[in-house]
Amino acid sequence: MGAVADKPLIDVRADFPVLSREFAGKRVAYLDSAATAQRPEQVIAAMDRFQRESYAPIHRGVYELARESTEAFESARVRIAEFVGWDPACSIFTRNATEAINLVAYAWGRENIGEGDEVLITEMEHHSNIVPWQILCDETGAKLRYLTLTDSAELSLDELDSVLAEGRVKLVAVAHVSNVLGTINPVAEIVRRARAAGAVTVIDGAQAVPQLPLDLSEIDADFYAWTGHKALGPTIGLLHGRRELLDGMRPFLGGGHMISRVEREHSTWNELPFKFEAGTSAAAEAVGLGAAVEYLDAIGMESIRAHERDLTAYALERLPEVEGIHLYGPSDLDRRGGVVAFAIDGIHPHDIAELCDREAVCVRAGHHCAQPLMRCLGVGATARASFHVYNSRDEVDRLVDALVKAREVFEL
Amino acid sequence: MDALYRDFILEHYKSPRNFGELEEHDLEWHDHNPLCGDELGVHIVVEDGRVKDLRFHGQGCAISQAAASISSEELIGMPLEEIEALGADWVIEQLGIDISPTRRKCALLSLKVMRGATTGDASWPE
Repeated sequence: MGAVADKPLIDVRADFPVLSREFAGKRVAYLDSAATAQRPEQVIAAMDRFQRESYAPIHRGVYELARESTEAFESARVRIAEFVGWDPACSIFTRNATEAINLVAYAWGRENIGEGDEVLITEMEHHSNIVPWQILCDETGAKLRYLTLTDSAELSLDELDSVLAEGRVKLVAVAHVSNVLGTINPVAEIVRRARAAGAVTVIDGAQAVPQLPLDLSEIDADFYAWTGHKALGPTIGLLHGRRELLDGMRPFLGGGHMISRVEREHSTWNELPFKFEAGTSAAAEAVGLGAAVEYLDAIGMESIRAHERDLTAYALERLPEVEGIHLYGPSDLDRRGGVVAFAIDGIHPHDIAELCDREAVCVRAGHHCAQPLMRCLGVGATARASFHVYNSRDEVDRLVDALVKAREVFEL
Repeated sequence: MDALYRDFILEHYKSPRNFGELEEHDLEWHDHNPLCGDELGVHIVVEDGRVKDLRFHGQGCAISQAAASISSEELIGMPLEEIEALGADWVIEQLGIDISPTRRKCALLSLKVMRGATTGDASWPE
């Protein structure tokens, strides 16, 4: 595996300051981008420039500086919305993907879900797409149901159809890409079937936007949530929603900026998207995410997807060399993103991660905020390597070497 | 030799002492480490205010499992009120290795369930 392994498809590593770090003389191999991705110089510089030159209240001041900061904030929104293919006016800044999903659960769910209704999620969801629905169901008396995993770690559209056919599902919430299995779910098809059955859809795109070429208008979900910090940007989230639903919803949080007029007893709401952006927004973060999507666009999402697909294929080819290893997730690379969860007989994932760290290889260990999924897989925890555009085959080799060494330390 | 995964740590991890369940027991407790999913429970038989026998059960990393195994040998025979007074330093000393902040919760899990069983207080060590 020598020659090809040394030459990454895309080499942008030098853009990422953190990746020049060394630990005990070893260059860091960052394989934890599904948790949070590293940020390129271009993003850091854009935020720095905004804060040094243009920072002021947005949508508040009449002076030139405030006009400039508002312009930077709103043009970032337009750039981000264009990047994913959605109307900027229906693209709401949130704290993160978690808050975006909670916004739907509170502002849409409380008004539209009641006793006897069902909320349908899946066994591969992140806690952020489980817990808000548990709370909603607790409050409203609705029932939470799960689509099960198939043997190939995917969802069954037949099962979806049969649950929808029972006629009680009011909302379907599904991850676009699983943060553990890497499964790429057929969300456009899920949205189509859910809508035909009268259910509203919420897609958790936290793992999808960073690595897949996307056009949200083709998926056409009622709500699509994601976060900037997995997409090479800072910690700021997005909720893209359908205008007719957003228009009909009550606000999520009340406060400044989200109002049109405040009387002593009641208020009226600002127009979209501001109705859902109470308080002072994270302007520098929005500007940073604008720079991040520009950076992703410049490389091209098709190329990024190809790069991550290559690394995943290479990892799936090399990891079985480690004795006693178990790999999770679909084997079909067309339906799998850049993440590989694994376990090794005789070494707990926590110890795997500790021993990888000795080689400056950063992998995640634990339940990955997906405890129901861990129970489906019959494990308490797994280790997980995940990739982004700055990773190389050489780093997969280092992971394999670290795992071989870990087995030696454990005298296996 | 590895500074953390010493021979005796691995030996206790692979062949933990006093592991399993006690059908007849006076005290029991269960807790987990939410960060990494380590699970640990304990069954305790009490006689004259002392631990007459105990068994840990669960699954977890080498550090949490070895800490339970190593300390179990000291805990058997110990008066309950003495267990209530044990602190984090005691476990770390029992382990005899340097524990980094990221592994501290693993190391303390067994004392956490012991204290839970004897005092009913789940909040330790925070």
